[in-house]
Formats: sequence, C-alpha cells, structure tokens
Amino acid sequence: MIYFITSVVLILTGMYAVLVKKNLIKIVIGLSIIDSGVHLLMIAIGYVKNATAPIFSKPGLTADKMVDPVPQALVLTSIVIGLAVTAVALSLVIRLYDHHKTLDINKIRKLKW
Amino acid sequence: MRKVIAILLLAVVGYYILGTLLNLPFGQKATGVGKYYLDSTIKETGTVNTVTSIVVSYRGFDTLGEVTVLFLAATGLGAILFDKKGKKRSLQNASLIVKTSSKMIYPLTVLLGAYVFVHGHLTPGGGFQGGAIIATGTLLMFMAYRSFETNHTALTIIESLAGLTFVSIGISGLIWGYSFLQNILPLGTPNELLSGGIIPLIYIAVGFKVGAELTTVLDTLLKTIKG
Repeated sequence: MIYFITSVVLILTGMYAVLVKKNLIKIVIGLSIIDSGVHLLMIAIGYVKNATAPIFSKPGLTADKMVDPVPQALVLTSIVIGLAVTAVALSLVIRLYDHHKTLDINKIRKLKW
Repeated sequence: MRKVIAILLLAVVGYYILGTLLNLPFGQKATGVGKYYLDSTIKETGTVNTVTSIVVSYRGFDTLGEVTVLFLAATGLGAILFDKKGKKRSLQNASLIVKTSSKMIYPLTVLLGAYVFVHGHLTPGGGFQGGAIIATGTLLMFMAYRSFETNHTALTIIESLAGLTFVSIGISGLIWGYSFLQNILPLGTPNELLSGGIIPLIYIAVGFKVGAELTTVLDTLLKTIKG
C-alpha cells in the first residue's frame, strides 16, 4: 500500500516541477520523475506478498511463489521509451539554449503559459 | 499565485488517483495472463527467466518496435544537434588518478555488460541492460580523456548488423513455416547457457545495438563546443 502512495507522490512531484519551474532542464527532470513514479506504480500492482523474482533459477521454486512478470516486462519497455524521450527533449533544450542563450522559459517568448 | 493554482490542481488529481488505487487489491497472486506465462515459460520457451521470455519471445514483435524507437531517438538526436562545422567536447583532461583508473575499469565494464546480455535468459538482465552498462563504460572514458574518440563508422556498422540479425532471425521463423519470430532452434536444457532457442541470439543482437546506439547518443550530447 505504501508503494501506491509513494508512486502517486512521485508522479505529483514531477507534475509540480513541469507546471511551476521556469528552467527547461528542471522541466525535463520533472518528466523523468513522472516516469519513475509510473514505473514504481506498475511494479507495485504486480507485487505478490512474500514472493520472489520470476526466475526459475533453483529447483524447488514454484510458480505460485513468484510475482507477476507481465508488469516487469512492460516496465522494461517503458524505461527504454522514457530514455528516448529524455534524450530527444534534452537535445531540443540544447538547441533552444544555442538560439536564445538562456534556459528561462519566461525569457524565451511564446513558451510561457 | 501560479504555485497555489498548481498545488490545488495537483491535490485534486492526487485525491482521485489515490482514491482509485486504494481500492485495488494489493499483493494478490498472479492470475490470468501472468499465471499462464509463469506456468508455461519453461515448457514453451525453455527459458527460466520469465521476464526475458515475455520480452523476447511472447512479445518479441513489441521489442522490435522498442529497438526501432531507440534507433529513431538516436537518429533524431543526431539530426537536431547536427552542425556542419563539427563540434568538440569542452571537457578538460581529468586528473592522473581518474585517467589511470578509468583505463583499468573500462575493459571490465565492457566485460560486465557482455556478461549481462549473454546471460539475459538465466539471470536478471538482458540486452538493454547490458548495452546500457557498456555505454556507461564509454561515458567514463569520455569524461576522463578529452582526446578519446569513438569510431562512428564502426558503430554504425555494428548497429546495422545487429538490427539486421534481429530481423533475419524473425524472418527465418517465416521461412521455416511458422510465424514471425517463432523459435526454430532446439530448446535445450533449462538453466544452461545454451538454452532457450533464439532468445539468447536476439538478446546478444539487442545488446550490441543498444550499446552502439547509446554510445553514439552520449558522444553527440557531450560535444557542445563549436568549431
């Protein structure tokens, strides 16, 4: 249960950074904090009490003492997509900095809300 | 004022998300599709790591798409940051201790990455993780030596060959008369290095591809000084 609350807190922290912060790098960091929160949430939904990782590495491990493997496989995909998004976002930030010589979105016109 | 509005908005969003999540059952046994995968992974794929068998075998087509997304991100990054005059890294040479120790650690890091992606079907890990570890080792060398350069042609060739290997393993399933990415090799004994049919081959290809791609991404991002 604590995992659900922590992941929601992480998601809300990331959203707060995206909504309030003026620095573009901090906004990108907020996006990756949202990512981490979503990953933690998905892993927590697949958790089984007193269970191990879904790997049959020793004889004697049975399938009903293992956590759900599907969320873990999906999170593996999601981490890679998150990495791709962060990389492209950072490259756009570098281009914007080259052009405007600042990272403050208030000084870059047409980017504020 | 903007902060207050944002906090109020987030409080409403958080209240409803938490209200939904606290009604979910927590810590229940795996049912449905997860239980099916756990029960049949050794019988159907010969792989002891269930997560690997899902990522590479049951949802292998999805992984091909994932690798494509990573490739597109690397290409897009290169296109956005392209400069005709060429760019250089602005880093100063690090101290002697850092230089010497990173020279010693770099081969070990590459070895660890190779271990992680070769044993992806037996232990936690796999192609993406191993490739990321290899790229981390290269990042260490980039940070320590100003003059350390990667061979971009070789990286492009490795990346293309690895991608081609993945697709041709998938197509060979069609040639043998099954579906795309169907296993065509013998399954072997579970828990041994040579087991799992095509799964280790695909993960080795993915490891090479991700390692080369992430190295290219890091190289492009670190070169910020014009001229």
